[in-house]
Amino acid sequence: MGLYHTEDQAMLKDSVAPFLAENGSVKHLRALRDSKDATGFSRDLWSQFAEMGLNGILIPEAEGGLGLGHVEAGIVLEEIGRNLTPSPFLSTAVAAVEALKAASADLRSHWFPKIAGGEAVVALALEEGKKHNPAGVALKAERSGNGFKLTGAKNFVVHGHAADMLLVSARTGGAVGEEVGITLFAVPANAAGLTAEADRLVDSSIAARLAFEGVQVDADAVVGEVDAGWAVLNRLLGAGRLGASAELIGVGSGAMDMTFDYLKQRKQFGKVIGEFQALQHRAAHLYGEMEGARSIVLKAQQMLDNGDPRGEMFVSAAKAKAGKASNLAVREGVQMHGGIGMTDEYDIGLFMKRERALNEVFGDLYFHADKLASMNGY
Amino acid sequence: MTDLEAFRKETRAWLEANCPPEMRQPVKGDEDVCWGGRKWVFSSPAQKQWLEAMAAKGWTVPDWPVAYGGGGLTAEQTKILRQEMASLGCRSPLNSFGIWMLGPALLKFGSEEQKLHYLPQIARGEIRWCQGYSEPGSGSDLVSLQTYGEDKGDHWVVNGQKIWTSYADKADWIFCLVRTNKEDKYRGISFLLFDMTTPGVSTKPILLISGASPFCETFFDNVVVPKHQIVGELNRGWDVAKYLLGHEREMISGMGGDGGMASLGSFYADVLADNPVLRAEMAMFEVENLAYRAHSERFMDEWKTGRAHPAYSNLMKYVGTELNKKRHELVMAAGGSDALEWESARTNGGARPRAWLRTKANSIEGGTSEVMLNVVSKRILDMPGA
Repeated sequence: MGLYHTEDQAMLKDSVAPFLAENGSVKHLRALRDSKDATGFSRDLWSQFAEMGLNGILIPEAEGGLGLGHVEAGIVLEEIGRNLTPSPFLSTAVAAVEALKAASADLRSHWFPKIAGGEAVVALALEEGKKHNPAGVALKAERSGNGFKLTGAKNFVVHGHAADMLLVSARTGGAVGEEVGITLFAVPANAAGLTAEADRLVDSSIAARLAFEGVQVDADAVVGEVDAGWAVLNRLLGAGRLGASAELIGVGSGAMDMTFDYLKQRKQFGKVIGEFQALQHRAAHLYGEMEGARSIVLKAQQMLDNGDPRGEMFVSAAKAKAGKASNLAVREGVQMHGGIGMTDEYDIGLFMKRERALNEVFGDLYFHADKLASMNGY
Repeated sequence: MTDLEAFRKETRAWLEANCPPEMRQPVKGDEDVCWGGRKWVFSSPAQKQWLEAMAAKGWTVPDWPVAYGGGGLTAEQTKILRQEMASLGCRSPLNSFGIWMLGPALLKFGSEEQKLHYLPQIARGEIRWCQGYSEPGSGSDLVSLQTYGEDKGDHWVVNGQKIWTSYADKADWIFCLVRTNKEDKYRGISFLLFDMTTPGVSTKPILLISGASPFCETFFDNVVVPKHQIVGELNRGWDVAKYLLGHEREMISGMGGDGGMASLGSFYADVLADNPVLRAEMAMFEVENLAYRAHSERFMDEWKTGRAHPAYSNLMKYVGTELNKKRHELVMAAGGSDALEWESARTNGGARPRAWLRTKANSIEGGTSEVMLNVVSKRILDMPGA
């Protein structure tokens, strides 16, 4: 297998790219933002995703999905990134589906059809602090009746106010910061005692702070094993991190292409500014950064799909590099656009905002570089 | 068993039978690397035996045609041979600019007579070649070169000076860019071959910051070069040179500097534990290194299947050489005062600082980083301007 897309994968891209350019473009994002839409994404578009079969991309064929892998999910996410499409695809169809693969048959048969059909949105309630810290779980789950009672708080829950189900990491044992003693729960959004305070983020998406005040769930809401939710969480995070990396590639490439077009049009000092070597060298360097990022993301996708034991390390390298390169792309993008890049009317600023949010989700450049160092014994 | 599996089995058996045990030890110093040529003194009988065995098989240049001293292997077979050599730890039997650079140019531009004459000598390691490209006034702007060959009917008389000629003092022949028309900058250069023992050729090694002298100044004073020693057409040597430079950049990017996917930071865990900012720098390098390895793999996969942009090797050269310089900066920082020792036996004669200084040439030789960025910007990104 070569480190490039197969013909089937290229065909998938050829069908997703025009679909999103038509239905999920920056215009769509602006329309939602400017109308002060309270959901943060379009449920109609989510249904259209389902009609194309995209929501079931990672769901096994036997359970009604396409049974494809991270390379294919990444192709969809790159186009989402390039178009800045507001969508619950990453949290629901990628991260949540990956976690639910480890769930009981009951949970799977309940949620997979709803996800594949575009009827359900799943949000991830994993964070409690300002920075990504998946083991920093203080939210308590105590044995109660037939199940558990959840008490605590979560933040940065993207789509948390609009979701139908929440995947919640809770502590059933051990101490805050430990991987042992974490349990993952599938909590219906309408559970009693659960409240959501939604706020719009810098990129116009909407995230919620959730309060759990003795939320009662059945024992069969546990995804995976009690106290051993870390394994499932890790699987969820692997898919989520890699998915966010692919989306970052889309955001960075979109910003880069837009900037290169601008360099070829804008005239100053009687010249097209793309003729200036100072800008040419920065453009070429940026291109190299994005190409490197694209390569490591594809490599990590193939590794996860092949069950390569080095997958986790490469996912961290991919998230870090994708974050670093796409961050450069949006910064250079705004700078090279000059004054017009500072205007809301021009799209480049929207790429910068999206990049910031995506860099933060599932751990930023610094988190993953640090993780890589730790995994290498230093 | 498929043909390739059978080939792998035969190859392994042959290597096990013919590669002397000493030639399966890791390379420790310069004398372990065989460059061949008339002046070469083998460091051991095993080195000689290994070269002769591989040359007889055509496996010093496995993918060249048999008629030119090669093994006539397909790309898949060549890959298998390299894999089996790597797995047994076999040393390369022969390092040679003839194999890496002149050979590919002759295969593409040489006459049948030239191929039959020069290529087998290269394959057997009999003639060691050097490259005469750069001049004191023509580095990045190579095409401005001044070394001139005056037409004297059946021969040229060459006068001028080359610089950065790798191992010119050890080489037997030179492939050299010579101006044969002063009116046309690009179409006024010819690609000539001549013997370094021709009267009028002299060399002077250049002492580098690393303390080594791998490069020379090379002087030509009324050097007579017969007309049949031109490769390609008269005044079209720039085409050959460009092809070779592309080949060289592809080769450099394929090697991707020293060090592979293994973690660099893991070697310095004790130092990094006490130096958090250095640890952070190392961690960021680790990210870049893995990304580069994947980038390099993707480029090779795309290159071999015709998917890569023809100018892409310029990008890989830029990224790979800059990364290698960064690697050696970190090696020096992590090594601290130990890495400053220049002569001690316990530092293997200052191997680390010498290697560090050597890497500074990575982004200069074979096209500077700045020239690479020019090429990427114009040919791949299609930026406007001359």
